[in-house]
Amino acid sequence: MGLFDVFKKGLSKTRGFVSEGLTRISAGMGRYDEDMLEELEALLVQADVGVGASLHIIDSVRANIKTTGDDSQKAVMHTVKKEIIDILGPKQTLSLEDNSLNIILMVGVNGTGKTTTAGKLCLKYKSMGKKVMLAAADTFRAAAIEQLEEWGKRTNTPVISQTVGSDPAAVCFDAVHSAISKRADVLIIDTAGRLHNKQNLMDELAKISRVIEREAPSACIMPLLIIDATTGQNAVIQAEVFSKAVRLNGIGITKLDGSAKGGVAIAVAYTAKAPILLAGLGEGVEDLVDFDSEIFTESLIPELSE
Amino acid sequence: MFESLSTKLQGIVAKMKGKARVTDQDIKDMMREIRMALLEADVNYAVVKQFVADMSEKLKGQEIHQSLTPGQQIVKLVHSSLVDLLGSQQAKISVSPSGFTVIILYGLQGAGKTTTAAKLGRLLKADGKKPMLASVDVHRPAAAKQLEVLAEKIGVRSFIMPEEKSAVTIAKKAIEQAKYYLCDTLIVDTAGRMTVDEDMMQELIDIEKIVKPTEKLLVVDAMIGQEAVTVATAFEDAIGLDGFIMTKLDGDARGGAALSIRQITGKPIKLICVGEKVEDIEEYYPDRMANRILGMGDVMSLIEKAQQSFDEDSAQKTMERMLSNTFNMEDMLSQFEQIKKMGSIKDVIGMIPGASAKVKDQDIDDRIIDVNMAIIRSMTTKERRFPNVLNASRRKRIAAGSGTTVQQVNQLVKQYEQSSEMMKRFSKMSKGKGKSRGLGGFGKGFPF
Ligand SMILES: Nc1nc2c(ncn2[C@@H]2O[C@H](COP(=O)(O)OP(=O)(O)OP(=O)(O)O)[C@@H](O)[C@H]2O)c(=O)[nH]1
Ligand SMILES: Nc1nc2c(ncn2[C@@H]2O[C@H](COP(=O)(O)OP(=O)(O)OP(=O)(O)O)[C@@H](O)[C@H]2O)c(=O)[nH]1
Ligand SMILES: [Mg+2]
Ligand SMILES: [Mg+2]
Repeated sequence: MGLFDVFKKGLSKTRGFVSEGLTRISAGMGRYDEDMLEELEALLVQADVGVGASLHIIDSVRANIKTTGDDSQKAVMHTVKKEIIDILGPKQTLSLEDNSLNIILMVGVNGTGKTTTAGKLCLKYKSMGKKVMLAAADTFRAAAIEQLEEWGKRTNTPVISQTVGSDPAAVCFDAVHSAISKRADVLIIDTAGRLHNKQNLMDELAKISRVIEREAPSACIMPLLIIDATTGQNAVIQAEVFSKAVRLNGIGITKLDGSAKGGVAIAVAYTAKAPILLAGLGEGVEDLVDFDSEIFTESLIPELSE
Repeated sequence: MFESLSTKLQGIVAKMKGKARVTDQDIKDMMREIRMALLEADVNYAVVKQFVADMSEKLKGQEIHQSLTPGQQIVKLVHSSLVDLLGSQQAKISVSPSGFTVIILYGLQGAGKTTTAAKLGRLLKADGKKPMLASVDVHRPAAAKQLEVLAEKIGVRSFIMPEEKSAVTIAKKAIEQAKYYLCDTLIVDTAGRMTVDEDMMQELIDIEKIVKPTEKLLVVDAMIGQEAVTVATAFEDAIGLDGFIMTKLDGDARGGAALSIRQITGKPIKLICVGEKVEDIEEYYPDRMANRILGMGDVMSLIEKAQQSFDEDSAQKTMERMLSNTFNMEDMLSQFEQIKKMGSIKDVIGMIPGASAKVKDQDIDDRIIDVNMAIIRSMTTKERRFPNVLNASRRKRIAAGSGTTVQQVNQLVKQYEQSSEMMKRFSKMSKGKGKSRGLGGFGKGFPF
């Protein structure tokens, strides 16, 4: 299966939701009026796109109808898709720098999938022939270290860890030096889940980030925010606050294999500066793909044959 | 961030002044704001639609044009309608008449089931029960270990089979073991699952048949979006639902799912979780949840937190001194000690509506309290009781003694003067109003 198919299959539960609604709305009429635009907005909001981004999309649709005079379903769909792709931005990938140590720092609120995504990334980079290491900088949550070690075992990746309760910045210090001396290509650091409104935990993250920057000045450091696709509008604030604490390289959206439409990706992209790079599509080690705005949009709103 | 709902409604009401009567358009404008607030709080779209329609009816019936109801009053009406929907009575965890209660926790991945299992175990133990925790999660790496570690932490027996691949097998053994050890409650922690995953939903049904739970509790992340309704309905359809527990309410998500799930399933919220530690579980109060969903912050929780950690006696003493106008540095020191007991200033301030964002910007430093306490401790008794005597040379000595700078000492003295000025006004105000109640206006008497 190609990536396109994998992504589509993962999103299959999502797929068709908006389109079904749209077909329903336009059944019998075929033309868009204000009531139908409101219905369209409702569909977007129900996919967690958020009121702000939804209104923006609807406004564009309205403007487009005004200038072109074309209020057919086809034209409306076209505008909606174009707007969503515009918001999501062009496809970008989490790309490694050759001949340099790449450090991926997994950050995010509790339970979003940081540790799991760290495990999945190991497989991805190992299959590219890279030398990969993991670091267990979640020293707080019960069995967090054991969980990461299990992923290390599954993907045959060495894990740098200390004991429960030790300073996460100290773990990072060790891990960075170990990665440098072993000439690793990629070091993936798993951190504890932290709610963005807890200043002490955000300070801790900033400290971790400082230590890494200080100890690996020539490395390519990439903080990656992991957001759960089931999350509602809080994801927008998460992206905002985390990007203040660490210079985010990108965002990964997990759990897109569930029933949630994942429209929150659009809500996040509408305000966040960091691009969405990865999509998590399951609990297995292979369930990770590069995020593709077009496929995502296509899945949300498939082509409708007139 | 966003203005609070009441400010927005106030604005609309202000525009109405001078008009002969409130038009349908006015109501429509207000409803738009309410709708927006609820959607931003992640309340399900269909639930919002129904609620807004009901509210419009209520407002129309109220003939508000006669009184020109201010925004606050409308917020109050919205608020009380929300409270009604969120459940008026507190639901308890049921106990099986057989003497052996089984509680099963289920939900989406990462919602907080395992952590909540431990929190429940701790509550039950404190209640004189003899619980056992069992993990039937055969999917997530180290899930069983996580539960075992937590069980040890709370001093409760646990049952795990990390090598076993069948959740049903573990469930059977867990029941046997719990009965063997004469436990009266078994808490079953299940693996996280997506409701669209048919195999996993079947697994849940199979487990349910074996353990025959007394309480089937859905664990829901407060951050969940529009999907909450579909998820709750799917679990309800699969094995049934006695209530739900909302987690991560220590975050700033508005938690609109609480309303959606209640509305759609009619099932109560049994408890709420407010942190990662095993003691972070609390009773659920519908009125606070309503505040939260409307974006009015969790003022009540803040007040309660203050009350819990406050030493009533010393607070009373300070209060009396405030009222008698003799507030001095000793009182201030005792207030600082109280604040320290409440935990981090940022955590406390974070609960004040609209404050969290500002706190981050200003970067309030908890150490400032330590610094101030050190300064007061370096003062003589006379200086503490009569801060007026603090001249330049005394300030210099105090700075040296406390390892601070004269500027820091000056700052503290200034703070003291402001506080005591405020209290003078406060005491004038409250005289004639009869006795002060307990803490009085929390916040006002605080020297920061
Ligand atoms: N269905 C599905 N489940 C996922 C995905 N990613 C992670 N999970 C599951 O989500 C749960 C939480 O994942 P973790 O990787 O432990 O999350 P975390 O962010 O490290 O959590 P904390 O460290 O506790 O903050 C686990 O049960 C994972 O198996 C995904 O893409 N799809
Ligand atoms: N801040 C906060 N974190 C919580 C709360 N409850 C749970 N967590 C955290 O959320 C993350 C996930 O919690 P778990 O108990 O592992 O969740 P789970 O539902 O068992 O996850 P799976 O078994 O993977 O589906 C962990 O980091 C917990 O520490 C809460 O009330 N507040
Ligand atoms: Mg983790
Ligand atoms: Mg669990």
